[in-house]
Amino acid sequence: MTAEVEETLKRIQSHKGVIGTMVVNAEGIPIRTTLDNSTTVQYAGLLHQLTVKAKSTVRDIDPQNDLTFLRIRSKKHEIMVAPDKEYLLIVIQNPCE
Amino acid sequence: CLLFLFFFQSLNMGRGTRKRDEDSGTEVGEGTDEWSQSKTTVRPPDQLELTDAELKEEFTRILTANNPHAPQNIVRYSFKEGTYKLIGFVNQLAVHFSQVGNLIPKDSDEGRRQNYRDEMAAGSQESVKVVLSDTENLEEDEEPKEAEAEAEAEAEAETGSQIDVPTVEAVETVPEEELMTPRQPKERKLTNKFNFSERASQTFNNLLRDRDCQMEPPPRTNFSATANQWEIYDAYMEELEKQEKTKEKEKAKTPVAKKSGKMAMRKLTSMESQSDDITKVTQAAKIVERMVNQNTYDDVAQDFKYYEDAADEYRDQEGTLLPLWKFQNDKAKHLAVTALCWNPKYKDLFAVGHGSYDFMKQSRGMLLLYSMKNPSFPEYTFSSDSGIMCLDMHMDHPYLVVVGHYDGNVAIYNLKKPQTQPSFRSTAKSGKHTDPVWQVKWEKYDDMDHNLNFFSVSSDGRIVSWTLVKSELVHTDVIKLKVEGSTTEVPEGLQLHTVGCGTAFDFHKEINYMFLVGTEEGKIYKCSKSYSSQFLDTYDAHNMAVDAVTWNPYHAKVFMSCSSDWTVKIWDHTIKTPMFIYDLNSAVGDVAWSPYSSTVFAAVTTDGKAHVFDLAVNKYEAICNQPVVAKKKNKITHVQFNPIYPIIIIGDDRGHVTCLKLSPNLRKMPKEKKGQEVQKGPAVEIAKLDKLLNLVREVKT
Repeated sequence: MTAEVEETLKRIQSHKGVIGTMVVNAEGIPIRTTLDNSTTVQYAGLLHQLTVKAKSTVRDIDPQNDLTFLRIRSKKHEIMVAPDKEYLLIVIQNPCE
Repeated sequence: CLLFLFFFQSLNMGRGTRKRDEDSGTEVGEGTDEWSQSKTTVRPPDQLELTDAELKEEFTRILTANNPHAPQNIVRYSFKEGTYKLIGFVNQLAVHFSQVGNLIPKDSDEGRRQNYRDEMAAGSQESVKVVLSDTENLEEDEEPKEAEAEAEAEAEAETGSQIDVPTVEAVETVPEEELMTPRQPKERKLTNKFNFSERASQTFNNLLRDRDCQMEPPPRTNFSATANQWEIYDAYMEELEKQEKTKEKEKAKTPVAKKSGKMAMRKLTSMESQSDDITKVTQAAKIVERMVNQNTYDDVAQDFKYYEDAADEYRDQEGTLLPLWKFQNDKAKHLAVTALCWNPKYKDLFAVGHGSYDFMKQSRGMLLLYSMKNPSFPEYTFSSDSGIMCLDMHMDHPYLVVVGHYDGNVAIYNLKKPQTQPSFRSTAKSGKHTDPVWQVKWEKYDDMDHNLNFFSVSSDGRIVSWTLVKSELVHTDVIKLKVEGSTTEVPEGLQLHTVGCGTAFDFHKEINYMFLVGTEEGKIYKCSKSYSSQFLDTYDAHNMAVDAVTWNPYHAKVFMSCSSDWTVKIWDHTIKTPMFIYDLNSAVGDVAWSPYSSTVFAAVTTDGKAHVFDLAVNKYEAICNQPVVAKKKNKITHVQFNPIYPIIIIGDDRGHVTCLKLSPNLRKMPKEKKGQEVQKGPAVEIAKLDKLLNLVREVKT
C-alpha cells in the first residue's frame, strides 16, 4: 500500500511540468515535500488556511456537502489541493510547459 | 406552728410593700380595717327584701361532718356474692384549697440538714450579720416596730438566708465596709422566687482576623470559536452515530462474538498504526495524478471532447481518424496487444491483454487496465507467466475480468481485490485447454443457481463452458470441433478425426443458445449449446484462419467475420453465402461493429491500417483508410469501439494502444430533412441494414 502511494507520488513528481508536490498534515505542517524548505513552509501555511476556509464555506452553505478538491489556476501555475481526511496533498504544476 | 409561720410570712411581705408605697409608719391593724369597710357596701341587686321579722327568724341548723356532695349510692360488684352491692362508707373529706408550700418543718430530715449547714457557715458569716444589724439600726428611727418584728421573726424562724430585701440592700452597702473588714467567703444562697436575681455580663469578644494567602493561579487559556452550521450538523451526526453504535452493541451481546470482534479491531488498529501515514493520501494522490495528466494532455482532452474535423464538410464521404492518447507501459514493452475490451460500466476504462502472437517468442503476459483520464499509467496491473490471448469483462459485474492464456488456462481477475494473482484459475486437473485459448466470453445470463458462467474456445477444438461455483471453476465441454469430411483412413482401418481448431466465437444477441465459432481452417460453425455432437450450420467462410466473428448489435440475423486471407465478410446467418466481401490487401486482425450504427464497422489490418466502413454510405469500399501506427513493421492486432464516445482503441504488436477519434463523416446519421422528424432507435437501424441486404438478396435470387 505504502509502496503504491510512494510510486504514485513519484510519478506525479516526474510528470511534465510538475514543479513540486507536498503532503501537509491537518495543522498545516508539511511532512513531505519536494521543494525547498522556505517555499514549502509558505505554500503549506497559506494553502492550509485557504483550504480550511474553502471547506468551511462549502459546508456552511450545505452541511451535507463537502470540499473534495481545490484547484487554483494562476498566471504561472496551477495549484492543486486535494484535502483528504487528515492530510492535504498539494501539487504545483506549470501547465504551459 | 407551721400555719402560724405561713401567716406571718405573708403579713410581713404585705407590710414591706406598704412601707414603700405610703412611706409612713402605721399600725398593723390599719390595713385590715380598710378591708372590712369596703365589704358592707356591696349589695347584689337580686337580694330579697326581708322584713325585720323575717330577718330575725331563726333557723336551726345542725352542723354535721358529712359531705353534702358525697355520693350515697355507689355500688360495686362483689365477686364473692355475684351481685352489685351498695357501698355504705363514703369518704366525707372535702378539700377546698390546697397549696404546696416551700417551707420546711424544722424537725424534718431536710430541715435538720439545712440547720446543720447553717451552723457550719455561721462562724464565717457572723461579721456579715453584724453589718446587717448595723444597716437595720439606721432604719430603726423610722420603723422601730418593724425592726422589732423582724428581729422577732428572725429569732423565731432563724432562716436568715431567706430574708430578701435587707440582704439586697446589704450587698449594695458592702463595698463601703470592704476596706475595713476582711472579706469572708460568701455563703451560697438557695434561690427562690424572692431572692433570685439574674445577672448577665459580657465577656470580651475575640477580635476577628482575616487571613489571606495567594496560590499559584491555575493555567488559563482563551478559547473562542464560531459555531458554524456545519459544525453543529457534524456534532449531531456524531451523536447519532454514537447512539447507533451503542444500539448495535446491545444487539450483539454474545461474548464470544464480541471477543473476536475486538481482536479483529485490535489487529486492524495495530496494522494501521504500523503502516506509514502517507497511505492516507492514496485517494488524493490518484486524483491529483489524473489532474496533472489532464493539464499536460489538455489539448488532447479538448480534442476528444470538442474537435470535429472541419475538413469533412469539403470531403465527399471520406472521414479521418484523429489520434488522441497513446497508452503504453514499460512493463509491457515487448508484448503485443492481444485483446482489448471496454469496461461496460465505466466508459473511460478499458482492459488490455498483452501476450505474443509469435509462437517462437512466447514469454509472459500482462493484463493492464487504463483509464482515459490517466493515459500515462494503468489503473490496474496484473502480470502472468503465460501470455494472455483474450479477455472479457462481465456486463453486470464489471470488476470481473476473465482471461485466456496461451498455455490453455483460463483465469478470472477481480479488480476489487488488491492482489496480483487471479481469484480463479483453471488447472491441468480441472479441464484446462491444451492449446492457446483464443477467445473467452462471459455469458449474459447466469445459470439457474445464479453462478457466473463463461465460454472459452481453443485450438484444441474444445469449446468449454466454465461455471464459478463458490471458489471453484467447474468446466463442461459444450462442443468438440471436428473437421467434417476430412477423416483420414489409417491403414489399420481406424477413423481418425482431425480436430478443428476454434479461434473465435460470439454469442447470438437474442437467441440464447446460439453461437458462432470460427476455426483455423476458415470455416464458421453455427452451434447450439444444447447439441454437442453436431452443428446447426456450417459456412465455408475463409481460406485461412478466422480471426474474429461478431454479430451485428442491431440486426439479429447479420454477423461479420474476418480472416488472415485479407477479407472481411458480412453474412446473413440464414444464407450460406456472404452478403458482402471486402478485400483489404492485408491480413485482417480484427473487426468490430460500431455501437451507434448498424452499418458502420471498423477493421484493422496487419499493414498498420485501420479501415472504417459505412455500408449506408458506401457499400463497395471503406470511407476511411488510414495508417494509424508509426512504423510499417508494426502490426495492428485489435480494434474496439467505445460504447458511447465516438472513439476507437487500436492495439498493435509493440504493446501500444492508440485512441482515435472518428471524424464526423464516419458517424454520419441520416440527414435531417426539413419538417420531418429524425427517426432513431434500433428499429430504424435494422431497417437501414435490411434495405441494403435486400439489394444483395435480390441480386442473388
